[in-house]
Amino acid sequence: MFKRLGETASIVTIEVDGKTVRARTGDTVAAAMLAGGIDHCRTTPVSGAPRAPYCLMGVCFECLVIIDGIGSRQGCLIPVRDGMRVETQQGKREAGR
Amino acid sequence: MARTADVVVIGGGLHGCSTALHLALRGLKPILVEKDYAGRHASGVNAGGVRQLARDIAEIPLSISSMTIWEHIEELVGDDCGFASHGTVLVAESEAEFADFRARVDDLQLRGFTHEELVDRTELRRLVPAVSDHCPGGVVSRRDGAADPFRTTQAFRRRAIEKGAEVIEGVTVTGLSRIGTQWRVETSDGPIEAPKVVNAAGAWADRIASMLGEPVPLEVIAPMLMVTSRLPAFIEPVVILRGRKLSFKQVGNGTVVIGGGHRARPFRDQNRTVLDWQKLAVSAATVWELFPVMREATIVRAWAGIEARMPDDLPVVGPSSTSEGIYHQFGFSAHGFQLGPGTGAMMAELIATGATNVPIDGLGIERFAAG
Amino acid sequence: MTGPSDLSSSYDLVVIGGGPAGLAAAALAARAGVSTVLFDENPGIGGQIYRGITSTPIKNRAVLGEDYWAGASLAAEAKASGAQIVTGATVWSLDPSRQVGVSIGGEARMIQAHRVIIATGSLERPFPIPGWTLPGVMTAGAAQTALKAHGLVPEGRVLLAGSGPLLWLLAAQLLRAGTTIETILDTTPRSNWLRALPHLADFLLSPYWSKGLALLREVRAKVPVIPVQRLSAHGEGKLQHVEYQSAGKDYRRQADMLFLHQGVVPNVNLANAAGVAHRWSERQLCFEPVLDVDSGSSVSGISVAGDGAGIAGGTAAVERGRIAAIAAVRAVKPSASVPDPQSVRQRLQREELGRGFLDALYRPADMFRLPEGETIVCRCEEVMAQQIHDMAAKGCEGPNQMKAFLRCGMGPCQGRLCGLTVTELIANERHTRPADVGYYRLRPPVKPITLAELASLPISEAERKAVER
Repeated sequence: MFKRLGETASIVTIEVDGKTVRARTGDTVAAAMLAGGIDHCRTTPVSGAPRAPYCLMGVCFECLVIIDGIGSRQGCLIPVRDGMRVETQQGKREAGR
Repeated sequence: MARTADVVVIGGGLHGCSTALHLALRGLKPILVEKDYAGRHASGVNAGGVRQLARDIAEIPLSISSMTIWEHIEELVGDDCGFASHGTVLVAESEAEFADFRARVDDLQLRGFTHEELVDRTELRRLVPAVSDHCPGGVVSRRDGAADPFRTTQAFRRRAIEKGAEVIEGVTVTGLSRIGTQWRVETSDGPIEAPKVVNAAGAWADRIASMLGEPVPLEVIAPMLMVTSRLPAFIEPVVILRGRKLSFKQVGNGTVVIGGGHRARPFRDQNRTVLDWQKLAVSAATVWELFPVMREATIVRAWAGIEARMPDDLPVVGPSSTSEGIYHQFGFSAHGFQLGPGTGAMMAELIATGATNVPIDGLGIERFAAG
Repeated sequence: MTGPSDLSSSYDLVVIGGGPAGLAAAALAARAGVSTVLFDENPGIGGQIYRGITSTPIKNRAVLGEDYWAGASLAAEAKASGAQIVTGATVWSLDPSRQVGVSIGGEARMIQAHRVIIATGSLERPFPIPGWTLPGVMTAGAAQTALKAHGLVPEGRVLLAGSGPLLWLLAAQLLRAGTTIETILDTTPRSNWLRALPHLADFLLSPYWSKGLALLREVRAKVPVIPVQRLSAHGEGKLQHVEYQSAGKDYRRQADMLFLHQGVVPNVNLANAAGVAHRWSERQLCFEPVLDVDSGSSVSGISVAGDGAGIAGGTAAVERGRIAAIAAVRAVKPSASVPDPQSVRQRLQREELGRGFLDALYRPADMFRLPEGETIVCRCEEVMAQQIHDMAAKGCEGPNQMKAFLRCGMGPCQGRLCGLTVTELIANERHTRPADVGYYRLRPPVKPITLAELASLPISEAERKAVER
């Protein structure tokens, strides 16, 4: 996975699938998950295969996650906020959450 | 030397392909001419609703005859066309609307049509559990369903070819003239001669009619649709509204198609449409109110297919009123998909035998004759 | 942070994309007194090449190199120019009447633009090898973004594979940051050197020559480079090992991270959906917009600048952004003073000198562009190469029909990661050219929006009534 170069001054905490993950202010959700050792962020709606961020620039849509209850968000474009609730997205996103 | 055929069909939408297939099944030799490729426009990109519900009385017989074909579509074209029958539900949004629906269903019953059935609040909830609480009831047509429009059009095209039709794509019709008992159809790929011609040219059908000196008040429209990413199954029937424009259905793969008739700006000479997001926002707001579970669904694509609308929202089918050997089949006014299989069969019967058992009164082109 | 309520309903110029082309364009136009807004969907400006330029945690300038830091003055210039710069702003629609649909913080707005400059840059060419969807396999660009924007470096057994300048730059940057790269698997076909030779004279005159050579030396001194003719990624649920063939022999190597790259191609989605005409570039094996000398597209008032207009690199993008901006200013405010476009064009020519050599040398092998069998082509809908081959053999002539049959390109990425592969596979199967096969017709929204976002578009009561029947 990924590790941080040096220590970071400004820390926020987010929750991923109920687990606390420390992130740097300025991280995107996808970066925080990669740094936090989370090895996949969703499973596909077609075969259920696990997927992780692939491009980190908003084009591949592999980093789709549920953020604060809203599904199919591009984790690589959304900056972390303290207390943010992130869930990995399993297959077809549930309607109405 | 001009190519020859028994019938030239102009237009490779579902209607043209269906007529070509049914003509070939009757042993005739049709040549279908399509300016782009089969199903390029409305036939390939419509909402795919296979609906008898809420139709004008004039087209109900045609719709019912078509439904019988839909129910055995695989036997006809060798592909199930993605057809699934879960009914169509017209949802009443108020008591007043519900009362209107009741009157309509009663009227249909008197005329002998039993496909529309009034449902109360409980049955509506059973059919469409996700519908918002404010809806008092509705009407269901239980045999209705939905299919994959592009796949359907392609299946008809393929089977027509297998049965002896010739399909020429990327070729434009540039002129029509009478030579003795034959029609000479000028195309960008050379002339074709045939005693009979079917005008199934959709949004371009008025141009063909004009070539025959039979102008029609055709409006080019482009009804907009949008589709969501895949969602878990939560609704089976197609849902439509009357007061507000909405049609709503979930496809087998989980995506939800939202339509209902809000229109894009069409540019038919460029094969293009420009979407109107203000109107799509109204659709989004309607879905928001009717299906609260959809609020965070993601819209992945929106589009519009170019097609023809007539002033009375009824199609033009049947023989030309001025030219012997010419038949019209266009102007389906945003509800022609379900009618495709049946209208093709009816047209082939009409062309081959000179008459048809399916009543098409009130749908002829003569209703637009000047004076 | 700029929110939707801070936006005007119309602007003289809307610039889409805050990379080098967009930043240079917005700065020039705003300084000339043209009302300008720049939208970028990322949290900060800089685009991909200068990603994180205003916020990167990497303080040691040597790690990213001086070329990266050149972006700082560009960003500062744009910020000081008076252009309204809105980050976290996703443009999801652009139509020929220049209505721009944009979402900021979950709220959507339609903005009317007099002129539009599309500066949406490039994306990495699809690299469809077996296993490229496994967690642990990423693009080289992703590793660079992780480093530049977030100060993250890969750990474990790290492999790089592919071809092209960016791969070498990433390798150098990772090495400078202290990362160990086990191996670079070089997919560049040997025969490319012959193709590239005729362009060598120009290349020697370009700035790429000395920089490129230094980079290669720096990397080769520390990492073994193995030429490979086959490549696949394997693992249960995540990457565990890589298999490759080199000089006719098969190898297998344990790996935790594999970074793939075989060049970049224009990100055409927004321009395509707006109706801009594109053509196939045989030189760069991709579609690019058809443009006039001022970067104007086939749609009146819409121009395309930077790598989105055809790949020429970051420094060229700056000049191309300026050329587009000069045309926009002249159209909107003829009295304003603008730089002489001739001198800008001359600088651009110098920047573009080395391109022919790079395009020829790093032209990706057929093997890595035309996948076979069960290799996934469309990542979103999990469509395999064999399905595309079969459907094309059955008579499916184009990507739009393919879409309807197989759903390839119908997922959320809207064909960005499969479009070129599908076009080339169809052309190959049907013995025709990609130019004749064409590309997906893309539909807005070019980025998905939620129903809630769409419903948030302000609609007047009149409009609401007008659409009810």
